[in-house]
Amino acid sequence: MARLNVNPTRMELKKLKARLNTAVRGHKLLKDKSDEMIRRFTVMARENLALRREVEGELSRIMREFQVARSVTPAYRAEAAFALPSVAVQAECETASVMGLDVPKIALSASGKGGLPYAYFEITSEADYSVEKVSELLPKLVRLAEVEKSVRMLADEIERNKRRVNALEYVMIPQLEETIAYIREKLSENERAALVRIMKVKGKSAT
Amino acid sequence: MTGKMAIVGDGDSIMVFQAAGVSAFAAENEKKARDILRKIAKDYEVIFLTEELARPLADFLKRFDETPYPVVLPIPSGKGGAGLGEELVRGAAERALGIDIFLGVAPRGSSEETHQ
Repeated sequence: MARLNVNPTRMELKKLKARLNTAVRGHKLLKDKSDEMIRRFTVMARENLALRREVEGELSRIMREFQVARSVTPAYRAEAAFALPSVAVQAECETASVMGLDVPKIALSASGKGGLPYAYFEITSEADYSVEKVSELLPKLVRLAEVEKSVRMLADEIERNKRRVNALEYVMIPQLEETIAYIREKLSENERAALVRIMKVKGKSAT
Repeated sequence: MTGKMAIVGDGDSIMVFQAAGVSAFAAENEKKARDILRKIAKDYEVIFLTEELARPLADFLKRFDETPYPVVLPIPSGKGGAGLGEELVRGAAERALGIDIFLGVAPRGSSEETHQ
């Protein structure tokens, strides 16, 4: 491991000791943070996968049903019927903090009164069911969006954090330790040299 | 803060969402979808994107992972899911932990093999 390029003086030694202290403490803190993030991540990732499977299964079924329902009306009439939505869903978008990381927190605010945006004669009733089911599924979809985004962000953060921990553990701390040892040796050597010099000078002046 | 929701996909899949009150944007290919996403990313907080469009755009979608909003969520379209969402979760787990923690959980559609 490379030694830092510093002068071997007491000043530097003191500074480096303080730095080493900070680095060791920071390393411990980051490691604890990493552990906790991983614990939360596992919980969330499991929920994410379960939710995703549930939503995907339901959604593909709805989509298939809707396609069948839609196919009995001519395309231009279906498009005209759906062109003007009467309801617009709104979502309350906040941010929550997971270990200091801002993740989305979304709650579906009350949407329209469940009215359909088209007249009943415009399209078959099977389409109504699909629309209704999608409206019912929306809270779950929103929850999935929230969890999945959090999982992705947390994964990135864990990766970044791991890099920091490793940089401290394998680069910063060994470097500091080696430099401190080097300065100590250099200082004691200087001391011995000075002592010998004094003894020699003393011996000369006595004769 | 009140957010809006949007869906980007091909004509058929998005119609039912439009009826449920989600703003719909039609995109027949990934190039179009990319342009639309760029345009609406600031105005919408939750954007659903059909899987066949999300797959080729995976690299483009990564940039949305930096900030909490917008949330871009791949969903299966009328042609059925292709397992992209699940892949993303597994990928994230592997990136974060170094291992696939769902090894015991068989991917959907392969109930007979529980261990890869």
